[in-house]
Amino acid sequence: MDGVVEPAAKAGSVIECRGVWYRLDGGGHDGSSQGRALLSDVNLQVERGETLVLLGRSGSGKTTTLKLINRLLEPTAGEVLVEGRRTSDWDPIRLRRRIGYVIQEVGLFPHFTVERNVGLVPSLEGWEMPRIRARVAELLRLVGLEPGQFASRRPHELSGGQRQRVGVARALAADPPILLMDEPFGALDPVTRAELQREFRELAARLGKTIVFVTHDVREALLLGTRIALLAEGRLVAIHSPGEFLRAPETEVKAFVSALGIGELELNP
Amino acid sequence: MNVFDFMIRNRAEVLQLTLEHLTLVAIAMTLAVVIGVPLGVALTRRRALERWVLGAANVIQTVPSLALFGFLIPVPLIGGIGGRTAVVALTLYALLPIIRNTYVGITGVDPAVIEAARGMGMTDGQLLWQVEIPLSLGVILAGIRVATVICVGVATIAAAIGAGGLGMYIFRGVAMVNNQVILAGAIPAAVLAVLADVSLGWAERRLTAR
Repeated sequence: MDGVVEPAAKAGSVIECRGVWYRLDGGGHDGSSQGRALLSDVNLQVERGETLVLLGRSGSGKTTTLKLINRLLEPTAGEVLVEGRRTSDWDPIRLRRRIGYVIQEVGLFPHFTVERNVGLVPSLEGWEMPRIRARVAELLRLVGLEPGQFASRRPHELSGGQRQRVGVARALAADPPILLMDEPFGALDPVTRAELQREFRELAARLGKTIVFVTHDVREALLLGTRIALLAEGRLVAIHSPGEFLRAPETEVKAFVSALGIGELELNP
Repeated sequence: MNVFDFMIRNRAEVLQLTLEHLTLVAIAMTLAVVIGVPLGVALTRRRALERWVLGAANVIQTVPSLALFGFLIPVPLIGGIGGRTAVVALTLYALLPIIRNTYVGITGVDPAVIEAARGMGMTDGQLLWQVEIPLSLGVILAGIRVATVICVGVATIAAAIGAGGLGMYIFRGVAMVNNQVILAGAIPAAVLAVLADVSLGWAERRLTAR
């Protein structure tokens, strides 16, 4: 569909961070003289079709990493490659339309119906109306919402869980190969969250998208990730598969794993 | 003699002055919207300018209206005696509420909505026209409405510099110490202000209906 992307598709990683630094105020020099570093020398690769979870506490740089991928931010030093090309070489608009983006606050357009929200990127891409309609109906069913019932509703007429389902449908609308998700289920009640996590895991396996998923919840990371990258204070501490993660030697990883245990201890006195 | 008798007897003149008044307000408001809304949008893109532009508009607003008309008389091109000067002064007065409401309206749009819009690959223009303007329309229109009401009131002073309008009766009445003549200007001006307020309020509700 977009000729430029073909050569990169053969190469291994879909997303790659090489020595990425991100500093506030963009101060270009090294060292601690200017601008707090939100990310320090991050190197990681995301393979086609995997779900990489970025796990970390608040302020560890997870969201910053995500925003560097769709170029809402640009690295102070180092480079971020998407499909083999530096994000700074991509036209930001083209890049973002190839990347689905879901955030915790969802950010549905309150003045649009569910149908227009979900059909937004296709309509920006100039699809014909009947094709958009069909696509929206297909996506709403995919995320478990009956189109006849929900397509013409406004966001304020939806529950939190329904809104986030619409958010996911909207991100998938133009069938982007990459999906970025920033704590998408963080604001939901525990029951709805568990429900959406389960459904999302099946969806991810079925769609074969490359997904980068940000969370501070270890359980969620273990449930959804094919690999888990742990960030602490802007540094990448470790990347493990969920199985390795539970037995990993790094102190920061142990802190997260033990937090998991403490929760269970308190439940069973 | 009753005010209404006076107005009926002089209905041709009342109508004439009302039309002059409306014309001044209409031209000034059109200019103020054409200048103020884009300026307000520009401020949201260059937030460093906000202090300066809103500061300047604030300063203009604090100049007593009679003095502002007076100050403009000696200014070349836009000044002098007559309608043009009055339009300039009225436009300056109407700018502040329009610029400020446009700025406040757009900066008040939910940041999550803006982030989602950017993240989905909307261009600056699409973001402005499809998201920011529609979502801040109510606030922008409220600013235009306030500015219009102020403008209808301030336009009575235009008569002082020979621009006509309902202020003619007010100044004449003051000079003649005749309340009837003052009211013959003040009542239609007040009616215009109320009508402008009500009709723009209606438009505001229509256009921002959820």
